[in-house]
Amino acid sequence: MRPEPGGCCCRRTVRANGCVANGEVRNGYVRSSAAAAAAAAAGQIHHVTQNGGLYKRPFNEAFEETPMLVAVLTYVGYGVLTLFGYLRDFLRYWRIEKCHHATEREEQKDFVSLYQDFENFYTRNLYMRIRDNWNRPICSVPGARVDIMERQSHDYNWSFKYTGNIIKGVINMGSYNYLGFARNTGSCQEAAAKVLEEYGAGVCSTRQEIGNLDKHEELEELVARFLGVEAAMAYGMGFATNSMNIPALVGKGCLILSDELNHASLVLGARLSGATIRIFKHNIGTEFHCVGQTGLELPTSVDPPALASQSAGITDMQSLEKLLKDAIVYGQPRTRRPWKKILILVEGIYSMEGSIVRLPEVIALKKKYKAYLYLDEAHSIGALGPTGRGVVEYFGLDPEDVDVMMGTFTKSFGASGGYIGGKKELIDYLRTHSHSAVYATSLSPPVVEQIITSMKCIMGQDGTSLGKECVQQLAENTRYFRRRLKEMGFIIYGNEDSPVVPLMLYMPAKIGAFGREMLKRNIGVVVVGFPATPIIESRARFCLSAAHTKEILDTALKEIDEVGDLLQLKYSRHRLVPLLDRPFDETTYEETED
Amino acid sequence: MATATEQWVLVEMVQALYEEKEELIEEWQPEPLVPPVPKDHPALNYNIVSGPPSHKTVVNGKECINFASFNFLGLLDNPRVKAAALASLKKYGVGTCGPRGFYGTFDVHLDLEDRLAKFMKTEEAIIYSYGFATIASAIPAYSKRGDIVFVDRAACFAIQKGLQASRSDIKLFKHNDMADLERLLKEQEIEDQKNPRKARVTRRFIVVEGLYMNTGTICPLPELVKLKYKYKARIFLEESLSFGVLGEHGRGVTEHYGINIDDIDLISANMENALASIGGFCCGRSFVIDHQRLSGQGYCFSASLPPLLAAAAIEALNIMEENPGIFAVLKEKCGQIHKALQGISGLKVVGESLSPAFHLQLEESTGSREQDVRLLQEIVDQCMNRSIALTQARYLEKEEKCLPPPSIRVVVTVEQTEEELERAASTIKEVAQAVLL
Repeated sequence: MRPEPGGCCCRRTVRANGCVANGEVRNGYVRSSAAAAAAAAAGQIHHVTQNGGLYKRPFNEAFEETPMLVAVLTYVGYGVLTLFGYLRDFLRYWRIEKCHHATEREEQKDFVSLYQDFENFYTRNLYMRIRDNWNRPICSVPGARVDIMERQSHDYNWSFKYTGNIIKGVINMGSYNYLGFARNTGSCQEAAAKVLEEYGAGVCSTRQEIGNLDKHEELEELVARFLGVEAAMAYGMGFATNSMNIPALVGKGCLILSDELNHASLVLGARLSGATIRIFKHNIGTEFHCVGQTGLELPTSVDPPALASQSAGITDMQSLEKLLKDAIVYGQPRTRRPWKKILILVEGIYSMEGSIVRLPEVIALKKKYKAYLYLDEAHSIGALGPTGRGVVEYFGLDPEDVDVMMGTFTKSFGASGGYIGGKKELIDYLRTHSHSAVYATSLSPPVVEQIITSMKCIMGQDGTSLGKECVQQLAENTRYFRRRLKEMGFIIYGNEDSPVVPLMLYMPAKIGAFGREMLKRNIGVVVVGFPATPIIESRARFCLSAAHTKEILDTALKEIDEVGDLLQLKYSRHRLVPLLDRPFDETTYEETED
Repeated sequence: MATATEQWVLVEMVQALYEEKEELIEEWQPEPLVPPVPKDHPALNYNIVSGPPSHKTVVNGKECINFASFNFLGLLDNPRVKAAALASLKKYGVGTCGPRGFYGTFDVHLDLEDRLAKFMKTEEAIIYSYGFATIASAIPAYSKRGDIVFVDRAACFAIQKGLQASRSDIKLFKHNDMADLERLLKEQEIEDQKNPRKARVTRRFIVVEGLYMNTGTICPLPELVKLKYKYKARIFLEESLSFGVLGEHGRGVTEHYGINIDDIDLISANMENALASIGGFCCGRSFVIDHQRLSGQGYCFSASLPPLLAAAAIEALNIMEENPGIFAVLKEKCGQIHKALQGISGLKVVGESLSPAFHLQLEESTGSREQDVRLLQEIVDQCMNRSIALTQARYLEKEEKCLPPPSIRVVVTVEQTEEELERAASTIKEVAQAVLL
């Protein structure tokens, strides 16, 4: 079917409203699955969103809706699994089937059971069937290719035995090695080795006591320069950077507005802070939807808040704006006192959706409502922006507008740990009040050195253009890989510039099948299902890397194509017309209809 | 039907409401994101350590003997540990680029878990990439809303955060006071009898530390085990200070008391003190530990430990196993300085004589915490000038549940010679006398 003309053009402001209305009716990216299925049935299948005004570049993000049949079959699949689960639990209870799992000590049998039964039902009966797809041990650098230790299970995944064989040269589509700095040769490794020999591996003290090395100071100064902020502080673990610093920033009487898909560390940090937490909807962005590459003649006259408040009800930004407005107008529940401060928590790239935060809108809202913004760039730092400075640079924004710039060193820098950057007052405060600084051992010196050298490389301070090339290579790989997958007919979530590429599998049986088939073909992929995703939205996730060459990607694509046919994963009812081959005009829509 | 006037009034009301809202939004002024930090805040300006933080270290440009890092066994500077880490670095690079579930499990991690389990004589061990996150993730993996946790008042901050994340009911008992603990357990028992249905699903945990970070005291484990079976509560034991320190082979407080390790449901420790690496581990029976592989937040959602740090920890374990005499040496040294520091006027030694980390507190507080901190800092600074590196134990004063009094923490390592220990004790004595009298 064909969308109404008003519904798909964002080039003229007059049409914006029609577009919004259309979005309301059809394009709700509904997380609740039944509704999704219904919406899918209603017909709007493919929506790529774009935004004018605030955006200096096209913003194409797609979440194709789950086809109705697939949704139904997925539920049936879970239903069958659950039935069999009960049956087998029954058999285990009567000792007809052998129990493989560890049991409580005899002496403690009369204690209150350590686990709730349901908690384990899922693990025992669903996860266990496909457990071999996770925790695959590797024994080499997690680079573009990786060696995996072969393992076997003779008891349906309850235990694994290592055969001693090594599966060599598996194409690694799973590690977060965005810029290819996970290497065991080259300048980073040499520098880290030197520091390791000089300093040793550990630190044995905290930053505030006697674990503040000259290396840490050097790192923080460099991170601040890299981010373009006044100061920065580094921490020993990315997860803990969130969970141990958010409580230092907000507390009782403060409000946290958190994206519904935020990472567990942000959620934990928010919870530990004692502040009130409200959730807003994730990037759905339906105010404009177009297929194809528009955004060249975007209206520039739209005033930012107006833009954000045009469409009603469904988009994340509406959801956020409504929460902000209500928070300020109504204050704290019961006491009705005004909130002390409001902190918005968002991520740069969402690691399960592959979406990029709509930062320009968030910043416009944050400014309008005087809230503070905490941006977690765990996946986006190094991986986005022309020089790898992350999502702020990607949108051409000013780092000053983000109050707390958080990120990790685990991914693009091939190290470990996390940082927070911002104004000097903020960092001074964290130096004195961060839980990490007071109670946790500081970063290991060789790890610090790895970060310093890789960051200098990205900044071009090592005298080569290697870093810049890596960033460009990643961007190219991303676009190429995403476009090819879409052309093959898979449902791919997320932003076209996001190196995290989720490919939808939906059905529980296909999670295991996809992971195994790919490993058979010497490709290591990550598959995820419930509870990391909504129950019907199981997916495979590819992480691109600058270390992937064209040949590697082509091999991977060929195999994915094959497995996609084998497992019937090409759900998309909508073949994407290669974008760049034709100039954009109104007729593009017709070609992309089925 | 409403008349035109009525309709008009309604419109005006809505408009007024709308304007009012806009006004409220206009008027609202949030607090600053962070309050300003005074320039002379005692924790703002960190000591800068140039070069390795090992036995002899350069603090703020001055070479000192290190009495502040938790490098109990002197393994930080050990050439064997460094060589093992280096070999690993050359094979695997630095980072793991993923959590354990997604190609972040390296063979070294499996080896380390295996070795730790064997060393501790337990069924299974699990490693975390950050010491603090270990117990802080382990507690909420088991204890949920509605469960009850009995915890020592002196428990360290990581335990406090773990408890907070678990959202369980927390009952604090007086530090190392078993009578007080039993009183609480009894109270709970009576409570349970009133509502047996609820009691059947309410898990009970006792969370204690082996050697307490905040007090340097040892927990009375045999009595705790008795209480455990009497009241059917599980014991979680935090051994960051006692692992690699207490017991004939450094297995910690269970070995020290000769208690069957299976009587303790979960032992957690970090690898950042005695093992001189980074990260932490939990060990115990598979029935308990395996659960964390899906439910330990710091395990599932965090990048795994860099392989070079795991390799360093394995080598450190090797050294510990090969030289069991090292623990007796450490114990002897602890005893020596402990004795030498007795009887300083104005300062009292807090902590067991077998604890390698103990505290020096003011005998009499000046009445204000700030003033106390300043006095102690003066002692630390002067000791530093005389080549003895010490540090105050740092706390987040507003966040701690039961804030310990300010103190200087003295850390003993096997590398410190008898003379150095002697010198440190006499220096502290002289400086304290000069500052406090």
